[in-house]
Amino acid sequence: MNSYSQAFAWLAAPGHWAGPSGIPQRILEHLGYTGLTLLIAIAIALPVGLYIGHTGRGRDVIVPLTGAMRALPTLGIVILLALWIGGIGIQAPLIALVVLALPPVIAGAYAGLESVDRSVIDAARSIGFTGWQVLWQVEVPLALPLIVGGIRSACLQVIATWTVAAYLPVGGLGRFLYDALPNQDYAQMLAGSLIVIVLALLADGLFALVQRLATPRGVAAGRTPDVGTATRSPTRKDQTWLAPEEA
Amino acid sequence: MARTRRGLIGALGALALGALALTGCSSGNPLADDTSTASSDTVVVGSANFPESEILAYIYADALSDNGIKTDVKPNIGERDRYIAALKNGEIDLVPEYTGNLLQFFDSKATAQSSDEVYSALQKATPTGFEVLDQSPGQDADSYNVTKQFSQKYKVTSLADLKKVSVPLKVGANSEFATRPYGIPGLKKVYGVTATLVPIADSGGPNTLSALLKNQVQLADIYSTTPSIKQNHLVTLADPEHMILAQNVVPLISSAKASDKVASVLNTVSKAVTTDELIEMNTKSSVDKESAQQIAKEWLAEKKLF
Repeated sequence: MNSYSQAFAWLAAPGHWAGPSGIPQRILEHLGYTGLTLLIAIAIALPVGLYIGHTGRGRDVIVPLTGAMRALPTLGIVILLALWIGGIGIQAPLIALVVLALPPVIAGAYAGLESVDRSVIDAARSIGFTGWQVLWQVEVPLALPLIVGGIRSACLQVIATWTVAAYLPVGGLGRFLYDALPNQDYAQMLAGSLIVIVLALLADGLFALVQRLATPRGVAAGRTPDVGTATRSPTRKDQTWLAPEEA
Repeated sequence: MARTRRGLIGALGALALGALALTGCSSGNPLADDTSTASSDTVVVGSANFPESEILAYIYADALSDNGIKTDVKPNIGERDRYIAALKNGEIDLVPEYTGNLLQFFDSKATAQSSDEVYSALQKATPTGFEVLDQSPGQDADSYNVTKQFSQKYKVTSLADLKKVSVPLKVGANSEFATRPYGIPGLKKVYGVTATLVPIADSGGPNTLSALLKNQVQLADIYSTTPSIKQNHLVTLADPEHMILAQNVVPLISSAKASDKVASVLNTVSKAVTTDELIEMNTKSSVDKESAQQIAKEWLAEKKLF
């Protein structure tokens, strides 16, 4: 309890809210890193995931590969890349964190497309939709909640894990942890952790909202239990392999 | 099915009993050993949980047994509080130590900085029943290192020379360097040098080294006995004002075991342990992957101290 009161006292001290190593600056850096990581990860992962989901091709290679990528220890990659590409800048942790963010985004995309009822796609094709039209006008809108869910899962992991990058001289909220540890300043470490947790929860809440907005009205209606009509399409695939928090 | 299961349970039970009996034996025997070694003339040498300490422990033990003193080695005990406790309760009699850190451990308010000051303060601070023998010239302390090119270009061989350097100075070091008296504040206060910290949390390891070699930092804090200093021809800057706490290697021993003969053997060894020798030992350990025992044997054979 005492350590919590010390952590809150640390958070309340006005000196910790100003300057280049103050809390607002560190939060901005952290959000900047997280946003950049997610943008790069989405740019790579979304096309891959949509391709697999739409065509069904490449699944045997990509699914085990992304599964294996989840097991890579991020700090290890940061240290190794910093030695390889030589540098104490942002590149090494950025690559390591993109690697961390790819699997959930890819999984969300192809799982989303696979969950779309085949009969809907068949219907779209039978009235003359091209492949692109099926993808963009049928599959993606219907899959959007799961696609956003993948990004949401990636975002949560990326916010939490960017802290390890402070092993190198980069900013972000990890600084509070790495700089406090050698001085046994546990109040600061706990305060830093609390900020990360709050930030992660806020971001997750934001994505939950986006996810709800992204759900097409028809799908949402189909899911309400009192409607109970044939419009309700059963989930075609087991989605428990999504990140645990999604399952 | 029922029979096999009953058989399995029986087997498990027998196994558990056996295990119980075994642990009973194993916890009994070492205790018996301990009491016998404590009462005999054997000098038990302990070590901390890193290679350099282990090598020094084997050097002490081998040197003593070469001179007819019975020894036993208990390597890798742990960190300071753990092996000092072992020394106090008689599990070990002798351990290689570092003057500065040991002084801080015995007396957290100590202010001594230079080798000689630290050593005489340490002699006073060492609890009764224990003593430190002669200190070695060799030190394993924080040290500021620059590349050979940097040293030649700006004619820098000492921390005092840094004032003349016109380019901004960045120091690669662990993040506690921002606040420690031998870190950024010390550079300013003692040498009037302004430098900024680039925090790299690998204690002068490969990432710090690579930043130094790529000139992303101009100074790097690396422990003075690290092989990479020699391998990369780094120049370790002198510290004429003793800003960095001295960390000379020193044997800490129970007074009961510190006979004249033991003391004279260990003092002869200590005289030969220089920082360069420590770097060579660590190179054999971390680069050539030799065992501590092997390195100790080779070193004593090569030095021909006795």
